[in-house]
Amino acid sequence: MTIEEIQSEIIDEFSMFDDWEERYQYMIDLGKTLPLIEDQYKTEDNIIKGCQSKVWVHADMQNNNVVFTADSDAIITKGIIAILIRVFSNQSPKAIIEANTDFIDQIGLKEHLSPTRANGLVSMIKQLKMYAIAYQTQLQ
Amino acid sequence: MLAVENIRKDFPILSRKVNGKPLVYLDNAATSQTPQQVIDCIVDYYSNYNANIHRGVHTLSQEATDKYEAARQTIQKHFNAQKAHEIIFTSGTTHGINLVANGFSSILKDGDEIIVSTLEHHSNIVPWQMLCERTGASLKVIPMNEQGELVMAEFDNLLSSKTKLVFVNHISNALGTINPIEDIIQKAHQVGAAVLVDGAQACPHIKPDVQALDVDFYVASAHKMCGPTGVGILYGKEAWLNKLPPYQGGGEMIAEVTFEKTTYAELPHKFEAGTPNICGGIAFGAAIDYLNQIGFDNIATYEHELLVYATEKLQEIEGLKIYGTSKHKTSVVSFNLEGIHPYDVGTILDKMGIAVRTGHHCAQPIMDYFKIPGTVRASFAFYNTSSEVDALVEGVKKAQMMLC
Repeated sequence: MTIEEIQSEIIDEFSMFDDWEERYQYMIDLGKTLPLIEDQYKTEDNIIKGCQSKVWVHADMQNNNVVFTADSDAIITKGIIAILIRVFSNQSPKAIIEANTDFIDQIGLKEHLSPTRANGLVSMIKQLKMYAIAYQTQLQ
Repeated sequence: MLAVENIRKDFPILSRKVNGKPLVYLDNAATSQTPQQVIDCIVDYYSNYNANIHRGVHTLSQEATDKYEAARQTIQKHFNAQKAHEIIFTSGTTHGINLVANGFSSILKDGDEIIVSTLEHHSNIVPWQMLCERTGASLKVIPMNEQGELVMAEFDNLLSSKTKLVFVNHISNALGTINPIEDIIQKAHQVGAAVLVDGAQACPHIKPDVQALDVDFYVASAHKMCGPTGVGILYGKEAWLNKLPPYQGGGEMIAEVTFEKTTYAELPHKFEAGTPNICGGIAFGAAIDYLNQIGFDNIATYEHELLVYATEKLQEIEGLKIYGTSKHKTSVVSFNLEGIHPYDVGTILDKMGIAVRTGHHCAQPIMDYFKIPGTVRASFAFYNTSSEVDALVEGVKKAQMMLC
């Protein structure tokens, strides 16, 4: 699936929730269940320090696609990471570079991607794009 | 007894809704809310006598100057400073600390020592580290115990003839501990060291008497005392302020300027370069009048009741741990739920209209001591109610249910 297709799928899923509690419970459950990164990649090099929560990101190239794994010490942040990974991982570097995150507004989680939130997510998205740019350079 | 329901009517913001729920504002240690009396003062300034001060001959400038200097006197009286020019207007506590730190860079020399406490806010650590780098002085730290209190026996050991400065907060922002500053000041003076007390967290709750304390420098921020942001004060003993060099160059702080030499203005203008926050200074005076009208004894008694009630209720929640359990503390409860990140708790509480602080509260050394990433901090003011404490407790229970 393309990034746009995955994003519309997520928007559809979130449209079924009636209120914030259901939305947040879904993200919390995502955060609880998914093992998002191998321990060997939870290193100081891979850490993005937000003022509030920490985020770890690791990238790998498989079959010309970038595969991301990531984690956070806060569960709501981790839930959002799960959604971002679902969108960005296993895509071509070019698609990742060109993608936007407007869908986050549409699923009612905009405040979590505010630069002032200091949870590490904004820096994480920048980091995902940086990895994509680096791999794109390698491919050329 | 405080007529809290009437007091709440003074604060327009307390009747707003957040995320569809009535606002429960429990982040007072970060910034306090503003009563209508102070808002009116700000509107009055810009509506009627906005002008630059100290140099105009026209009526508006004279009126603004009179009000600004009257505010300085209100503040002088409040802190019981001997002289009005011992009150320097600053942009806030951090500015005051940096002003003193900068001043001491020409006094300290290699081998001198500065003592700070583990309980400090980052703004009270970083300037001293920079000062040490500039002067070759070294930084010593008073440790704390499990209750979040300073270990005074260690302070005694750290003090020596090398000690030139001691910096400590009156009350810890992260834990609410009230530090024994009287004792610290007296002991520091015995070895000839100067003392700066960060009163940012204390001034909303107690009325410090700088002469009785015999403190050399004391700093505070208006926005934690029902005043506006961007303004605060540095109190300094006249002799010390005369000894320190100016912090910034510019208008107001000079007496005479030629290309060969500039002579500095008298106190307090020597430290007040440029056009100050005139409206902010005047509104700070109005905020202090407002607080005194309610009465600091009334505030302390009421807030203590809220603290006791909140502590009791929160402790009933299984898996909740409170950090900072000193008997001497203000109305701050810093806590965590077992196995749950404070950021998650704060996020869920916000969805319920409850404003708390989460994170390390710019006090990482304290968090390192407890080996935690941060805490959830609820801080109460005199306009909070026991039903707001109940809302917090319900919110925390709900967050626990959702996150566990």
